[in-house]
Amino acid sequence: MKPCFQEDGRRSFLKKSTALVAMYLTPSVFVKAFAVDTIVPMPIPKEKLTITINGKKLNLEIDARTTLLNLLREELAFTGTKKGCEMGQCGACTIHINGKRTKSCMQLALTHQNNKITTIEGLSEGEKLHPMQAAFIKHDAFQCGYCTSGQIMSAVTCVREGNAKSRSSIQAYMDTNICRCGAYQNIVDAIAEVAKTGVKI
Amino acid sequence: MKSNNNTIFWEDERVDGADKVNGKAKYAAEHSLPNMAYAVFVTSSIAKGTIKNIDTSKALAMPGVLDVIYYANCPSVPGYISNAAERPKNAMEWRGHKVLHDNKVRFFGQPIALVVADSFESANAAIRFVKAEYAPESFETNFDKARLDTKNLKINSNYKRGTEKKFKEAFAFVESEFNIPIEVHNAMELFATIALWEGEDKVTLYDKTQGPKSTQFTVSRTFGIPDKNVRVIAENVGGAFGSGLRSWANVPAACIAAKKLNRPVKLVLTRPQMFSLVGYRPQSWQKLGIGADAAGNFVGISHEAITNTSRYEDFREGIVDASKFLYACENVDTKYNLLPLDLSTPIWMRGPGEASGCFALESAIDELSYKLKMDPIELRLKNYTTINPENKLPFSDINLKDCYAYGINKIGWKNRPTVPGALKENGWLIGYGMAVGIFGAGKGSASVRIVLSNDGKLLLECGVSDMGPGTTTAMTILASEAMQMPIQKIKFKLGDSDLPPGPSQGGSGTTSTVGSAVDLACKTLQQKLKEIAIKSAPVFAGMNAEALEVKNEMVISKTDSNAKMAIVDVLKLANQDKIDLTITSNGKTAAQLKFTSNSFSAHFVKLGVNPKDGTIKILQVVTTGDAGKIISPKTARSQMLGGVVGGIGMALSEKLEIDHKTGQIINASFGGYHVPLHSHIPPTDVWFVNKPDPNINDIGAKGIGEIALIGLAAAITNAVYNATGKRVRDLPITPEKLGFKSKQSL
Repeated sequence: MKPCFQEDGRRSFLKKSTALVAMYLTPSVFVKAFAVDTIVPMPIPKEKLTITINGKKLNLEIDARTTLLNLLREELAFTGTKKGCEMGQCGACTIHINGKRTKSCMQLALTHQNNKITTIEGLSEGEKLHPMQAAFIKHDAFQCGYCTSGQIMSAVTCVREGNAKSRSSIQAYMDTNICRCGAYQNIVDAIAEVAKTGVKI
Repeated sequence: MKSNNNTIFWEDERVDGADKVNGKAKYAAEHSLPNMAYAVFVTSSIAKGTIKNIDTSKALAMPGVLDVIYYANCPSVPGYISNAAERPKNAMEWRGHKVLHDNKVRFFGQPIALVVADSFESANAAIRFVKAEYAPESFETNFDKARLDTKNLKINSNYKRGTEKKFKEAFAFVESEFNIPIEVHNAMELFATIALWEGEDKVTLYDKTQGPKSTQFTVSRTFGIPDKNVRVIAENVGGAFGSGLRSWANVPAACIAAKKLNRPVKLVLTRPQMFSLVGYRPQSWQKLGIGADAAGNFVGISHEAITNTSRYEDFREGIVDASKFLYACENVDTKYNLLPLDLSTPIWMRGPGEASGCFALESAIDELSYKLKMDPIELRLKNYTTINPENKLPFSDINLKDCYAYGINKIGWKNRPTVPGALKENGWLIGYGMAVGIFGAGKGSASVRIVLSNDGKLLLECGVSDMGPGTTTAMTILASEAMQMPIQKIKFKLGDSDLPPGPSQGGSGTTSTVGSAVDLACKTLQQKLKEIAIKSAPVFAGMNAEALEVKNEMVISKTDSNAKMAIVDVLKLANQDKIDLTITSNGKTAAQLKFTSNSFSAHFVKLGVNPKDGTIKILQVVTTGDAGKIISPKTARSQMLGGVVGGIGMALSEKLEIDHKTGQIINASFGGYHVPLHSHIPPTDVWFVNKPDPNINDIGAKGIGEIALIGLAAAITNAVYNATGKRVRDLPITPEKLGFKSKQSL
């Protein structure tokens, strides 16, 4: 069996963005307009988006309906950002937008023209882990790993924004991020340790 | 870090940790295939009835929509044929609801159509334009009401030893009813399947499953194709807690769509669908009677239970089982019935059966202890048994007494008031509670491939999965210990049905089953290495294998310390680039079957109840496990911590709410169904007996996934009683049930 292919984000993006541009240039198929429910389906125009992701400026043509989460996961292969509920309730999709933690499932990508996005992939420098990532490993602050990206992104801003002064303030700040495996105690241990070291993150 | 003869064999961190903290670990939905289409389910808006018609025309006219698949245009699926005579002989009937197959609606939210489009956005936008016309029928989703009519109950499973209802003749007895609502696993990763057909009878799936091999079997039988033509990949599983122990609608639906459209299809469930389509802990009603003589010896236990199932499948679990054998008691009778409702089918959820059953048993024992004016731990010790009273076999090992001793000391049990409501701290009513958990410790068969290369690297492979407990780490540690070589040189691969057959990850059996196979594989490899060394290396000429050992990446003579050679040199000398073996470790041996094997836990809780509003703050938890040798202490501790969190949710907040007028789940989101958050978690101590069980397997290890949670909820309600004098037997505990107005504890 041929291995199903996996690509790195960059190549996949280039390929897909080429495809998107090609679709944009093709005359859209005529869609019969009809009165249904109050919503009339229309051909989906591609919109231009300039956005910086993990330090790389990208010029994209995207489906106007795309959320930042789906743009990252489905179009740009940044699958480190997780889809947990698409309702802004679980925190698995937490990323940084211009340095502020944000649930990417609740953001239409087009509303982020010229914004700077950091995902979990942008936290480490090559093989060198970010201190929060290293602390999560040291304290075994995850089990299945699915909520972990979001927990770490929140954990970083928790310390940066000065919310890691006590265990209870860490917990209150981190209540936005659900961990169903129940690694909460270890997550707080990891954050408290990073905060204590005073390392600039 | 752990060292042996000054050699560091392993660091105590998760071997797959780096991939999980930097976002590299790929879960089912995160694979991207060329020309992949996206599918989204359309679900029913009635609970029961017949679909008269589905209008797909508007959805099909939407841009990007490729197809809308439903009963009228669904390709024939061999496993959907009910009549065995008409089914191809290599096909087996699909168990449960045959998605997209017929026009029947069996529960609210059942998938009735699948929209497939060239993007997720287009598929998702089109689902609202698929219009179904129904002929609704009357239905029943109300467990509390339906269980009262015995005509609704099915499958009597009764057990009796000694005299029935003997507890009523005892010096002191209690008889109480317990209710536990439906709880939902709700792992963070959404169920997802990507299906890719390569020809008529060959399919690859990226799937969220606890058993790549069992999913392979399900798919091959459902589509009537050879096992070897189905490959199921589940390298990383984002939690499952039992919900991944069978294939749900997403698996056949993705396969059907991918085949019909002749392109790969990705189908990811939504969070609301995670509440209705992938199983749940069934609702239960229990009645438990227990009586003791004046000295505290149990005279009789009677345990009755009803759990719900769906209308189209029977799901049963071991809800009354622990009452039969956890304590010494001559007179025990149990009765277990199922109540079919118009809901989807339940599935095992962490601590299945026992978690519900031990809530009743351990609550009732606590209740009885107050009647006897006896310490509840003393009462348990009074009825302690090292022989399973149900099958009369000795426990392979039991050290619950050590757990009690540790917990008593660590939680400060001596501060527990003997009279409920007598202790206050900072204005809060303080209570202490404890309870016990028990779960079967199995050992099944598994195969492991072990490959030692002449660069000194060791690869092990098994088709099991790792949904989070740290199986990859534990198996790597086991291999490192067995081979006495550094962990950095070892790779354990799992999560692919192409690998040698391993079990589904479930029932706390993975470490025992796969661990035994890993241990055997390492021993077999060492034997092979010794044989090759004797044959090829002059330094070992004439020696026999028993005189040699393999450690520190060397073959060494036990008697002549000068006679040694690096294993890589042994391979080079023998002109072999690798040793490649596949071994199978079987289930329990005849000697092991002379014992009954279980893991045990004892949980201790200190909590506060606010006397003004009934809110509960858990102040401290001490959780102890008796599960043989702990292979991977760090990940094992995390598993116990997770069990505590799950138990807190069970006790204080988790409850699926159904509107019985429509049959609809009304809290199908994290906003409505409350799972514990960071703030709800108290400082928790984890302790293990950590003593090898000599009679379970060669590695002495048992499982901990279930016992981590089983009993926790009872420890909490027992502590609430100790704090307030209010006995809550219906979960979750809410301030309302303690006599206050607020409806939520968390």
